[in-house]
Amino acid sequence: MTTATTTAPVTAPKPTKTTKAGPDTSTSVRPLDPRLLRYARVSLVGLAALVVLGTLAALLVVAQAQLIADAITGVGVDGAIGRTLAALAVVIGLRAVVAWGTEVAGHAAAAAVKSTLRRRLVEHATRLGPRWLSGARSAELATLATRGIDALDGYFARYLPQLVLAVIAPTVVGGWILLHDWIAAVTIAVTLPLIPIFMILVGLVTRVHTRRRWRALAQLSHHFLDVVAGLPTLKVFGRARAQAASIRAVTTEYRVATMRTLRIAFLSSLVLELLATLSVALVAVGIGLRLVDGSLDLRTALVVLILAPEAYLPLRAVGTHFHASADGLAAAEEVFTVLETPPRPGTHHTALRTEPDSDTDHTPNGAGTAAGMGISDFGTVMAVQVRDLRVTHPDREGAAPDGVSLTLRPGRIVAVAGPSGRGKSTLLSVLLGFTPYTGQVIVETTRGRFELTDLDPDAWRRMVGWVPQDPVLIPGTVAEAISLGSPDASWLQVLAAARDAALGETDLSRQIGERGGGLSAGERRRVAVARAFLRQAPILLLDEPTAGLDPLAEAWVLSRLRASAEAGHMVLVVAHRPAVLHIADEVIHL
Amino acid sequence: MRLLPRAVTVPPRTAVARLGLATVTGVGAAATAVGLGATSAWLIARAAQQPPVLYLMVAIVAVRAFGIGRGVLRYLERLASHDAALRMLARLRERTYKRLCRATPTGLRSGDLAARVVSDVDALIDLWPRLGLPYVTAAVIGTGTVVLIWTILPSAALVLAVSLLVVALVAPWLAIRTSRRASQRLAPLRGQLTTSILDTLRGSAELLAYGATQAQLEQVTAADRAVTAAERRGAFGLGLGSGLAALAAGAAVWGALVLGIHAGLDTVALTVIALTPLAAHEIFAGLPAAASHLPRIQSAAERVTALWQAPDADTSDTPSQDAAPTGATAPVPAWPFGVRVRGLRARWPAPVAWQWDTDEALGPTEPAREVGDPGREVLTGVDLEVPPGARVALMGPSGAGKSTLAAVLLRFLTPTGGSVTLVPQDGPEVDLARLDPEAVRRLIGLCAQDTYLFDTTIAENIRLARPGATDEQIWEVLDRARLGDWVRSLPHGLDTHVGEHGARLSGGQRQRIGLARVLLADFPFVILDEPTEHLDEATATALLDDLLSATTGRSVLLITHRPLRPGQVDRVVRLNATGSTDPDSVVEVTDTATPTAAMHAQADFVTACKIA
Repeated sequence: MTTATTTAPVTAPKPTKTTKAGPDTSTSVRPLDPRLLRYARVSLVGLAALVVLGTLAALLVVAQAQLIADAITGVGVDGAIGRTLAALAVVIGLRAVVAWGTEVAGHAAAAAVKSTLRRRLVEHATRLGPRWLSGARSAELATLATRGIDALDGYFARYLPQLVLAVIAPTVVGGWILLHDWIAAVTIAVTLPLIPIFMILVGLVTRVHTRRRWRALAQLSHHFLDVVAGLPTLKVFGRARAQAASIRAVTTEYRVATMRTLRIAFLSSLVLELLATLSVALVAVGIGLRLVDGSLDLRTALVVLILAPEAYLPLRAVGTHFHASADGLAAAEEVFTVLETPPRPGTHHTALRTEPDSDTDHTPNGAGTAAGMGISDFGTVMAVQVRDLRVTHPDREGAAPDGVSLTLRPGRIVAVAGPSGRGKSTLLSVLLGFTPYTGQVIVETTRGRFELTDLDPDAWRRMVGWVPQDPVLIPGTVAEAISLGSPDASWLQVLAAARDAALGETDLSRQIGERGGGLSAGERRRVAVARAFLRQAPILLLDEPTAGLDPLAEAWVLSRLRASAEAGHMVLVVAHRPAVLHIADEVIHL
Repeated sequence: MRLLPRAVTVPPRTAVARLGLATVTGVGAAATAVGLGATSAWLIARAAQQPPVLYLMVAIVAVRAFGIGRGVLRYLERLASHDAALRMLARLRERTYKRLCRATPTGLRSGDLAARVVSDVDALIDLWPRLGLPYVTAAVIGTGTVVLIWTILPSAALVLAVSLLVVALVAPWLAIRTSRRASQRLAPLRGQLTTSILDTLRGSAELLAYGATQAQLEQVTAADRAVTAAERRGAFGLGLGSGLAALAAGAAVWGALVLGIHAGLDTVALTVIALTPLAAHEIFAGLPAAASHLPRIQSAAERVTALWQAPDADTSDTPSQDAAPTGATAPVPAWPFGVRVRGLRARWPAPVAWQWDTDEALGPTEPAREVGDPGREVLTGVDLEVPPGARVALMGPSGAGKSTLAAVLLRFLTPTGGSVTLVPQDGPEVDLARLDPEAVRRLIGLCAQDTYLFDTTIAENIRLARPGATDEQIWEVLDRARLGDWVRSLPHGLDTHVGEHGARLSGGQRQRIGLARVLLADFPFVILDEPTEHLDEATATALLDDLLSATTGRSVLLITHRPLRPGQVDRVVRLNATGSTDPDSVVEVTDTATPTAAMHAQADFVTACKIA
């Protein structure tokens, strides 16, 4: 959210939904963000159209003023008043068309820029990887990519054209006045630059003031939401009714605090209005006096009088439309924050080949997710050795996993057990190349031994079938969901995989709704298991594959898992359930 | 048709004075603007006739005064209108909150929904400063200007009046209509785009792992192309309002000139009737932008007033029908007492605040916690007995109505049949419906799966359960909830802020604060509603053990669908998917006197847990 720079929003600073609280987020939205204009370049035609239309609008204003003055003073074009009026009608019509065209061009430019931003945002977000996208971030980003970015319409359709006009109109209008009445031109030339100067000064004062009070204001404005969201709790403890009075009190406190900020913030528009109207008044009085002493003719005086407010009008309109653009700019700011996040901070590649007996390497091994990096032609995987693997988490102390070692070999099932938070799922995430780590993950293949980070992530992931802890299914049929990683699989192969995952009784042509709708949690998990089986990948990574399954289905799935291992797959399974631990050849406790 | 519901537009008494001040200063500011235009037009035209400067002095002073007045008056207007709006906000919030208290038995279904309700309430205060006042000001100034021109040339005044009406009403109407149509056409395309983006982001790990990211991104691109193409096509309609407003302003000047010249007005009069409309239209030019707030405020107002009109669902303030019609409440029995549920049937009322869930324009919602379909009877015959001091587990598949039973016991929900009674050891049974709901909630407490923490300190979050509790008492319950050592290790101890929704605490810590609350409130009967639902296995096991040991001596109803260990509870009651209990499903685990009996009981118990 923005705080007031030109015109303040009614409820001063609102805390943003994201947690990056702080005064800087409330003021970092700049009216003319170079990054946004860089994106606006994708619709150069649209921007050029805006400039052309802005120039045209300014010229038409001058033409209209002259024609009105002509009509009043009776000095017609070729002396005929009728033709003056006809010309005036044409100019008025053209102004309407230009006003319409400006908005059309703005909306068209907005559509193009929004599309570019949206696609870059989604692409970049997927490049940042699943670890970054975890939690509520997906939903937040999806909202940002659609409704958030849509707020840029106001910026491009109204604000930007006004900004263009605010530069062109004073130049054109001032130029004309200068040619015909330099004294009035000087009055305008002196006052006009004062407006942005004062507005910037007031804006700075407001910012300092808001920054000092930001915490208090944010907490006050957040209070109501906190109480509404916590209503069930208040009810249980019989405190619900007592809160009604506190809502009134806190909102009153909020009002007092906000008004204190607004008294300063509104000074900027006071300065704007004061300078604009006062200088028009000064121009009017000045030309009035010069008319009296005969140094100016009425026609010129009228044109100057009509044009003088036009020099200030676009600047004032910029202030009005700043509101319309504030939401869009705030969204743009968030988009850029995402786009400027590097895919992997501190990505660090270790030596190409790792000597088996070398000391444990504690430099973090970045796992790039971008395609086309690393070795893709690494032969057939024979074994995977994990040695002293550690992963540190940004908001947690200690590493999880904290020094795990294990080896995956064809025909063997390795189970990982232990309390939550010890990094079982993180271990799978490392093996999938999603998470940077310290220690070693050595892939033994027919071509040699490689560190996992030296392999091309996409090529490596083709070796892996994965069942996540909480499977996400893209809407489509069950069969489509199963063949996500193997689009060329035959119907028979899909059926076999479904049967192995105890999905034999599920109609494979059934539609899956949004968020796996229409399937039970157990069915979703079984679809994920079938997906992993169908891939026929040498390595199977399964995160609690039988959670939520009844004992019969569990026994069946585990027997198929055993069969896969016998057929030469390497299996790593995270599990709590005794039945799963029971079939494992080796159980590692974290 | 009313544009906005009365309940929203009428300002509260506290705001009337400020609103009046805002109106007066707003009209004054606009009047000085038009006055400046008209007077300076007269000044120039008159000055051209080269009269002695003395004749012009009044006009010169007036022009200067108008020049200063506008900015100052406008500043005062904005301060007054924002002050009034924030005063209205206090009322709107209080009213909404009180309504929510009474209309929602267990509060809103999700935090996301709460955020939407709050943002709509906040949107309503834009009504006066951004929409109402500009129109009131325009109406007064428009009328005044038309009257002024009328005194010079009535026909020109008519032209001006028509042109002002076009800008004030027709242009905004056109703009709103075209943009509404465009967004209606776009809505399904936008929906597809949102869905495909959400799928891509939510499933990013699997898409990457299965090499399907590129294919999915192509789907996003296709959906995006469709939206962008439709937006480009729609752009042509969107500028019509602006074009029309510009045309109307020009037409007013043109009409005045044509009519003035035709009527043979002198230069001074002609100047005034030609230039004054320019100043008036400058005031009116802001109206289409002001009106563009209308749809947003309108839909917020519709949703909020629908909430205000939602029927009472919480029985806290109204005695239920089958209770004594006088509203007289029975005396609360003294502890110890048992709780007996017989043939209980219950259903949820229609959901409140559905309007925020179903509005597509608001975008996707978080998955809401299911509380059962409205209208469908969730509980269809529940029999249950919790003797004093006993711990009973209620098990059953999700959706069977376990949480509904908790809501009935807490008097959040009035049963549609059957009864819940308190059974004192000596004396008659007391129907729960005859007790004051607040009194019931002093006897029966709840520790739910998602303990809500307010954005304040740990101490305040716990003290909520008993205002006035001392720090010693809080430390005591924290220790019993096995959180004391952790809090002592914090630099600010009890005064540590927990962050928004307790974000600085882990899930297990939040639940333990919930337990500390329940302990501080000292309920004799505690319902534990899936208290370990969102926790991992190890944390869940430890927490459940602590919950059960900390509540020793109280009656406990443990609602869960997780398997239990023998010895954790005295009795297991199974609720089947249709929301009823079957007497055969009750398994007593109390008789542990003989080893064989204990083994039998445990075997039965394990079976019961498995079936559940």
